[in-house]
Amino acid sequence: MFGKLTLDAIPFHQPIIMGTLACVGLGGIVLLALITRFRLWRPLWTRWLTSVDHKAIGIMYIILAMVMLMRGFADALMMRSQQALASVGGAAGYLPPEHYDQIFTAHGVIMIFFMAMPFIVGLMNLVVPLQIGARDVAFPYLNNLSLWLTAAGAVLINLSLGVGEFARTGWLAYPPLSEAAYSPGVGVDYYLWSLQISGLGTLLAGINMITTILKMRAPGMTMMRMPVFTWTSLCANMLIVAAFPILTATLAMLSLDRYLGMHFFTNDGGGNPMMYVNLIWAWGHPEVYILVLPCFGIFSEVVATFSSKRLFGYKSMVYATVCITVLSFLVWLHHFFTMGSGANVNAFFGITTMIISIPTGVKIFNWLFTMYRGRVQFTPPILWTMGFLVTFTIGGMTGVLTAVPPADFVLHNSLFLIAHFHNAIIGGVVFGCMAGFNYWFPKAFGFRLDERLGKVSFWCWLTGFYLAFMPLYALGLMGMTRRLNHVDNPVWHVYLLVAMAGALVIFCGILAQIAQIAVSIRNRKALADLTGDPWNARTLEWSVSSPAPFYNFAETPRVSGRDSFWEAKVTGEAYRPPARYGAIHMPSNTGTGVILSAFATVLGFALVWQIWWLAIVALAGAIVVTIVHSFNENRAYSVPGDVVARTESAFQQQLTA
Amino acid sequence: MLASLARATAGSTVATALRRLTTGALLLGVVCALSGCDYALMDPKGPIGVQERTIILFATGLMLIVVIPVIAMTFLFAWRYRASNTTADYRPDWEHSNAIEAVVWIVPCLIIGALGTVTWITSHTLDPYRPIASPARPVEVQVVSLDWKWLFIYPDLGIASVNEFAFPSGTPVRFHLTSGSVMNSFFVPRLGSQIYTMAGMETKLSLLADEPGDYEGMSANYSGEGFSDMTFKARAMTAADFDRWVEGVRSSPAMLTMAAYRDLARPGVATPVTRYGTVDGRVYHDALNKCADGTACIDDRMAMAATRDALGDAALCGPGALARSQTSGAVPRVPSQQGPNSLERPSPVQGL
Repeated sequence: MFGKLTLDAIPFHQPIIMGTLACVGLGGIVLLALITRFRLWRPLWTRWLTSVDHKAIGIMYIILAMVMLMRGFADALMMRSQQALASVGGAAGYLPPEHYDQIFTAHGVIMIFFMAMPFIVGLMNLVVPLQIGARDVAFPYLNNLSLWLTAAGAVLINLSLGVGEFARTGWLAYPPLSEAAYSPGVGVDYYLWSLQISGLGTLLAGINMITTILKMRAPGMTMMRMPVFTWTSLCANMLIVAAFPILTATLAMLSLDRYLGMHFFTNDGGGNPMMYVNLIWAWGHPEVYILVLPCFGIFSEVVATFSSKRLFGYKSMVYATVCITVLSFLVWLHHFFTMGSGANVNAFFGITTMIISIPTGVKIFNWLFTMYRGRVQFTPPILWTMGFLVTFTIGGMTGVLTAVPPADFVLHNSLFLIAHFHNAIIGGVVFGCMAGFNYWFPKAFGFRLDERLGKVSFWCWLTGFYLAFMPLYALGLMGMTRRLNHVDNPVWHVYLLVAMAGALVIFCGILAQIAQIAVSIRNRKALADLTGDPWNARTLEWSVSSPAPFYNFAETPRVSGRDSFWEAKVTGEAYRPPARYGAIHMPSNTGTGVILSAFATVLGFALVWQIWWLAIVALAGAIVVTIVHSFNENRAYSVPGDVVARTESAFQQQLTA
Repeated sequence: MLASLARATAGSTVATALRRLTTGALLLGVVCALSGCDYALMDPKGPIGVQERTIILFATGLMLIVVIPVIAMTFLFAWRYRASNTTADYRPDWEHSNAIEAVVWIVPCLIIGALGTVTWITSHTLDPYRPIASPARPVEVQVVSLDWKWLFIYPDLGIASVNEFAFPSGTPVRFHLTSGSVMNSFFVPRLGSQIYTMAGMETKLSLLADEPGDYEGMSANYSGEGFSDMTFKARAMTAADFDRWVEGVRSSPAMLTMAAYRDLARPGVATPVTRYGTVDGRVYHDALNKCADGTACIDDRMAMAATRDALGDAALCGPGALARSQTSGAVPRVPSQQGPNSLERPSPVQGL
């Protein structure tokens, strides 16, 4: 009846997990009670969950990312404390291998797939349509579905905490370890289905965003007039569409091995695990650029805005972005030089990897020369950008170092490598997300974030990062490898204690961020952004009110150059209301995405536990919902011109007030 | 250091490479003084590790040519052009300069050109499959990674050991590696290069220790529950000590028969050092060909498939052919190095 699922699947004997579950459960009950108490169910459903508005969807993506950041960071703290405790005197620490191995796997999966990805996709959703002068994305319902499929994957991965277990394989689940012969439990199945479901959401989001950027730009916005963030988003989404099918196919093959006894990647029966390793990295390396390219775009916007100056070398930036996009598919083998490929193969992939550093270096210089002869205001977004410039340069250097195959022969799988990619991902992606969050928050909510707490958060993250990861570089050079549950080395112990302290400082940074949001909400009146342009910025998203009206632009803007809003402010044409407001055609909200994703969650759960009847019911349900939705004629509605006029005149009054 | 690198990359002998490394060693002296020489990769005990250290230092130095100015410019520009400094030049529409663009493209290109050249050369000179030039005859060692222990077989000496690997210093060691379970990575940080061990595939590696000493060895690639204890001692000894060690192992009554191998292959954490005085010559071959459990060996099956391709099914359809294939695991035969994938290397396309 319930497949492999029995009461034993609930880890009653694990006090850490049960304590966590109790807290989460309690928090959840309090949240639900508050929603009920303040009668928020209806607005939550109609204005948020079912919304097809790209801004609401972007905000929900970012909320998902922040919640998952907490989960992933809790894992990080546990890993750091376990290694700090279990590195001297033969101590075993408090996490036995079977639990610890799940934690480092979950940390990687959550941080990449459910923290970084939703944050990036959320920011793109929030900003790109506004930057290109569009009223929404090309496929609004698909956008909603993408969000909820990603959320479904996140729900599934969190279910594994309380029901069953998560994978103990490392975040890329290399076979043969992830095959049924070596991982007979449901952990890898949770991994597979949560990534398949959320990966589908990501792929759909990628298609949506490419179409939006290519087809919905305001008149006059040629490709070479697009803001750099839009350019980098375009490239990142091209990478999504090219790379995510590889991930889907690879995981599908592993699933066939596990469920139907096939032999794609097994040790026996003619399987070859190294095919998986090649395929997963053929997705995995572009994935790194999917994450970091949009952040490059964020830094470009931020550095130009807060230097009150045009971006230096726009064309170079664009060409460099496109170079990186193409090259990112030619480097995957550098993740396993130690496989025993020939010297020619290793040298080829080593050199292609180094070549990527050329356009990346050009970008860094262009950001620097944007500050040059500017007027730099040290707001939180520019602090994150400067932190990025310094940190990412170091991370890039260690990356190029590990791209030299003979150097990688000793650095591979060491803590040096761990330090390197955290250096690149925290220094590049997390700092980028934080810069973007502080920068675009007023556009999303209508008030700025508290600057002082934003700066506290930045300094905690920055010092915490260096404290946490510089010791890891040193430990790597001492010969300490990754994923160790315990070691016995008093010298390493000291470094691991410092790294642990660094993680705690980062934790303070996260707390400061939470405080920043809370304080800003409380002071929202004082921090209100009445002009829609709190930073004296350059691109179209700042030409409308904050928060942006649900239709974005009362009249489609016309673009005559780069930095078109800046130009309009200079010539005095900004904010000029049109002679009359026409009616606006807008997409209707729909609950289909939520319902479909609920079925997808159930389907994933049923497949994990092999509850076949439930899987069939869930799949049938999803198909029926899709068919019913295809008959839904109520897809869009018209906003009358006088409604638009009222909203716009209110904004005009704010401007003159 | 450049000179030493050039020599090392040109594949000069161990001794000269070492002598030329004095500059690099000086830098190391600073690092070691600070740390008490805990930096295994910066204090290697063999020529492979020494050359890899040189490459790490050279590449880092080369990149610092860009990295240091970038970090300096970040602070300098941000401070110089801070909004409160109204005396600084302010040109809000300045967005292009051919000279700057040329420099920011050309300088990284030059550096990567130099580093790429070094990469190409050293990828070949330090290819793990490349034998180490030495007047001494290399010691052959077959390595099998198991859950969660290391098996070392000395085919020429007819002995084997678990979680202990002894070898004479000053003599190259030539490893043939495979895995009896999941993927691991064979790594002795003080000696240099690591390489994966993969089931059904064979990788090769050559290392050399310049001086006697006990060096930590481990699996660098996560392989499951007992992974953290999957360590071994790499014990470099003088020739005389090594001979004594071999005699000691030979006198051990333990025998690595196929049955003993199957026992050993069962998952086990923190297995104590074990020494086998005699070794069944098939152990490594059968571990590599996935037939230690008596099933058909991969090399036999591939040979059969090749015959079938060449001659058609008829050649293999007689009763004799069936008998051959069914008993292949048990038929005594000469231990062979020819694994299924003993094509030169387990290349990524090999499975396709």
